[in-house]
Amino acid sequence: MAGLYKSDYENPVIRWIDTRLPIFSLMQKEYGTFPTPRNFNYFWNFGALALVTLVIMMATGIFLAMNYSPNTGLAFDSVQRIMRDVNYGWLLRYTHQNGASMFFMVVYIHIFRGFYYGSYKYPRELLWMIGVVILLLMMATAFMGYVLPWGQMSYWGATVITNLFSAIPVIGQTVVTWLWGGFSVDNPTLNRFFSLHYLLPFVLFGVVFLHVVALHITGSNNPLGIEVKTPQDTLPFHPYYTIKDSVGLCVFLIVFAVFVFFVPHTLGDPNNFIPANPLQTPADIVPEWYFLPFYAILRSVPNKLGGVTLMFASILVLFVLPWLDTSPVRSARFRPLYRPFIFVLVLSLFALGAVGAHKPEGLWVVLGRVCTAYYFLHFLVILPVLGVLERPLPLPESISRPVLGPPGGGGPMPAGAAAKPMEKS
Amino acid sequence: MRSVRRATVAAALLLAGLFGIAAAQESVPPPKQEWSFGGVFGTYDLAAAQRGFQIYSEVCSNCHSMRLMYYRDLSGIGLNEAQIKAVAASVQVPVGLNDQGEPVNGPGTPASRFKSPFPNDLAARAANNGALPPDLSLIVNAREGGADYVYGILTGYQDPPENFKLQEGMNYNEYFPGHQIAMPRPLQDGQVEFAGGAPNATADEAHDVVTFLAWTSNPELVERKQMGIRAVLFLTLMTGLTYAVKRKIWAEVH
Amino acid sequence: MAEPLAAATTAQHGQPDIVSKRDFLKLVTISGAAIGAGAFAWPFIASMNPSRDVLALSSVEVDLTPVQAGQGITVVWRGKPIFVRHRTEAEIKEAVDTPLQAMIEPVPDADRVKPGHAQWIVVIGICTHLGCVPLGNKPTDPRGDYGGWFCPCHGSQYDTAGRVRHGPAPLNLFLPPYAFESDTKIRIG
Repeated sequence: MAGLYKSDYENPVIRWIDTRLPIFSLMQKEYGTFPTPRNFNYFWNFGALALVTLVIMMATGIFLAMNYSPNTGLAFDSVQRIMRDVNYGWLLRYTHQNGASMFFMVVYIHIFRGFYYGSYKYPRELLWMIGVVILLLMMATAFMGYVLPWGQMSYWGATVITNLFSAIPVIGQTVVTWLWGGFSVDNPTLNRFFSLHYLLPFVLFGVVFLHVVALHITGSNNPLGIEVKTPQDTLPFHPYYTIKDSVGLCVFLIVFAVFVFFVPHTLGDPNNFIPANPLQTPADIVPEWYFLPFYAILRSVPNKLGGVTLMFASILVLFVLPWLDTSPVRSARFRPLYRPFIFVLVLSLFALGAVGAHKPEGLWVVLGRVCTAYYFLHFLVILPVLGVLERPLPLPESISRPVLGPPGGGGPMPAGAAAKPMEKS
Repeated sequence: MRSVRRATVAAALLLAGLFGIAAAQESVPPPKQEWSFGGVFGTYDLAAAQRGFQIYSEVCSNCHSMRLMYYRDLSGIGLNEAQIKAVAASVQVPVGLNDQGEPVNGPGTPASRFKSPFPNDLAARAANNGALPPDLSLIVNAREGGADYVYGILTGYQDPPENFKLQEGMNYNEYFPGHQIAMPRPLQDGQVEFAGGAPNATADEAHDVVTFLAWTSNPELVERKQMGIRAVLFLTLMTGLTYAVKRKIWAEVH
Repeated sequence: MAEPLAAATTAQHGQPDIVSKRDFLKLVTISGAAIGAGAFAWPFIASMNPSRDVLALSSVEVDLTPVQAGQGITVVWRGKPIFVRHRTEAEIKEAVDTPLQAMIEPVPDADRVKPGHAQWIVVIGICTHLGCVPLGNKPTDPRGDYGGWFCPCHGSQYDTAGRVRHGPAPLNLFLPPYAFESDTKIRIG
C-alpha cells in the first residue's frame, strides 16, 4: 500500500521530508531517544572517538589526494610540496599521518573494552565479528597509506609485507607478482596502492555502518555485563551520551593535537625522510608501532610459512572468540579468574610490541616466543577452560540496582529520583 | 614552560620506550645541545640560520644538494625580497631551452631550486670517491637523533683510537655509526667569516649550520607550534565547558 | 532534536535556576564547538587556493630586444598566453586616431599602453567571448579587418590596441599587470 510515513514532526519542511523519507524520525530513534544503559564508563567513548577519527582521516585524505602524485618519480616530492608549499598542507599531512596512530590507539582501547566487559558474547557475536573485519580493513588501509610517501620505510615496508604472501605454497610467488604488477615493488604497485588506499576507507565506512546497525539491534553492553531489564536501566542517548562523548572527544583531541603540533615525528621513522631506494635496505626496518605485536609474532617462528600463518591466525582467532569464551558471564568484574588473565594478555601484547621494535637477538627472541605462546594459549586454552572452572561472583539484579540487596530497596541511588527522567523513554 | 617541556619529553620517552621507537644504535649517542627551536615555545634563531645559510653556501653546497629548497623559501629565515633576488641571481641554473632546443643556464630567480653541485647522483659519486653526499633538505628529520646527531657529526672528527683500522679514504668520527665516514671534516675554526664578526669556532659554525638545516627540514615549525598552543588552549577550554555541561545534565541522574 | 528533550526535562524538574545556568553553559559550549569546527574547516578550504610554488611563478620577465616592429611574441604567464606586440608608427597612429564611437568598449589608446612606451602593446591573449586564443600574433596569421587579432572560434576582431571592434566578444582584451623594468624589459605580474 502506497502512503506516507506517519511523522511526529510539526515543522512543515521537516514533516514534508520526514513523511517521505523518515530520516529525522530515524535519527531521533537511533541517536535521540535510543535507550542506552545508564552505567557506561568512559571506556564507552571509544567507539564514537573511532568514528570521529575515521571522518577526520577521510577528510584530510581527500584534500591530500588533491596534491599527491602516485608516481614513483613524483610521490616523495609531491608529499614534500604538500608540507612546504600547499597552504596548511603540513597541517593536513601531519593530521593524516598521526591520525593513523590515533585511530589504532582508539580502536585498540575499544577492543580492550570488548575483551574486559565481554562485549563479544551472545547476542553480540556478529557485532564483534564485523568489528574484526573493520580491524582488518584498517590494517590494510594503513599499510597501503604508509607506502604512498615513497620513503625508504614505505618502500621496504611494502616489499616485506607483500612478500608475506610468497609463503603460500605453490602459488606464493605468482600471487606476489600479481600484487606488485611487476617483478619488484615499483610504479604499478604504488599506483594500485593509492587507488585502494582511497577506496578502502569508504568500504570501511560501510562496514562501520553495519557495525552500528548491529549494535542498535542488540543494544549496548555495559560495565556490569548484564542485560537491560527495565526502562530504569537506561537513559536516552541524547543528551546524556552525546554530552559524555563530547567530553571524551575534547580530551582525545588534546592528545591528538599534542602529537600533530608538537611531536609530529615521534611516531614516525627517520628513514622515511629518505626517498625510496630499491638498492639499499635501511639498517633497522620496523613497522609502525601499531603493527609491532603482529610483526613480533611473525618473527617468533623460525619458519616462513609458520610465521606468516601464525601472524594471520593471531587476528583470525578473534573471529571465533565468542565461542572460545565459554563463560556465560560477560563482565570481568564478576570473573575473578578471567580478570588477571586479561591483564596478562595486555602485558604480553605490550611485550610483543617491544619485541617487534628490537632486532631478533638474545632475550628478545625468547620473550617473543613466550608472549606469542601466551597469546594463543589465552584464546585457545585458557578461555574455554576458565568458563568451566571459574565460579563467577553473584551478578547484580539490574543495572539500576547494581549492588545486591533486598528487593525494592538499598541501591546507591534513590530509586524514585533515578526513575524520573526515564518516564519519557 | 620548563615543566611543559619536561612533560612532553617524558611522554615522548615513555611512548618511545613502550613501543621501542628508539631503535638500538651501536654508536655513541651524540650529546644533547640547546636549540633555539626546541621545546613548546621554540622558534628559529634567524641570525644563526642566516649564518648557517652562509656556511651551507660556502662549504656544504660544494658537495651536497638541497633539492627541496627554493630561493624564495629564504624569506623564512628573514631575507627580504631584494636579498633573495640577489642570492638567486648569483648562481647559474638551468632555465630551459634556447631557440636551437639546447638546454641553457641563466641567473636563478626566487622560483629556482637551490643549485645542485652535481647534475645527477652518478656524477656526485664519481666526484666523491664513490660515496654519495646525501641531499640535505631533510637531513635533520632523516637521522635518528635529529639536530643533535648532525651537530655531533660536524664536531665529532677525531684521531682514531689505537688499533682502529681506518679504511683508505675514510675519516674517523665519534658519532657516525661504525665511526668511519667518507666525508672529510667540513668545518674548521675560523673557516667562514661572518659579517659583523659573529664567533666562528667549529662549534659555533656547526651550531649555526644545524639551525639552518633544522629550518630546511621543518620550515613550518614556528607556525605549527604557535597554532598548537592555541589549539591546545582552546581544546582545554572546551573540555572544561563540555565537562561542566555534562555534570549539569547528569546531575539529575546521579 | 535537542529542543523537545530539553523542554521536557525543564518541565519535569521545574528548577529554572539550574536550567537557565545550564542553558547558558550549553549555549557557550555549542558556540565554542561551532567556532572550533569553523577553525578546523578553514585549513581545508585554504589548501585549495594557489600554493606558494604556484604564486612564486606568477611573475615573468620578458626581454623585448628581439621583437621587431610589426611582430609579436607570446609568453606564458599563470598558464595563460600573453601577447606582446611591437607596433609600427602607422599602427600607433591609427589606434590613436580611431574615434571612440567606433568601438564596442570605448577606451582611448593611451589607456591601453604604458606612457612613453606606445609601441608596446601587452594583452592577455584570451578572447573575452568564450576563452579561445585569437590569431594574429604571428605575421602569417589572419589579423582581421582592424590589423590586430582575429578569433577563429566565433569571429571576434580586435584592433592593434587589443580593443574589440567586431563582436560577439563584449570586451577589449584584458591587460595583465606589468611594468617596464627598462626600455627593453618588462615584468609581467
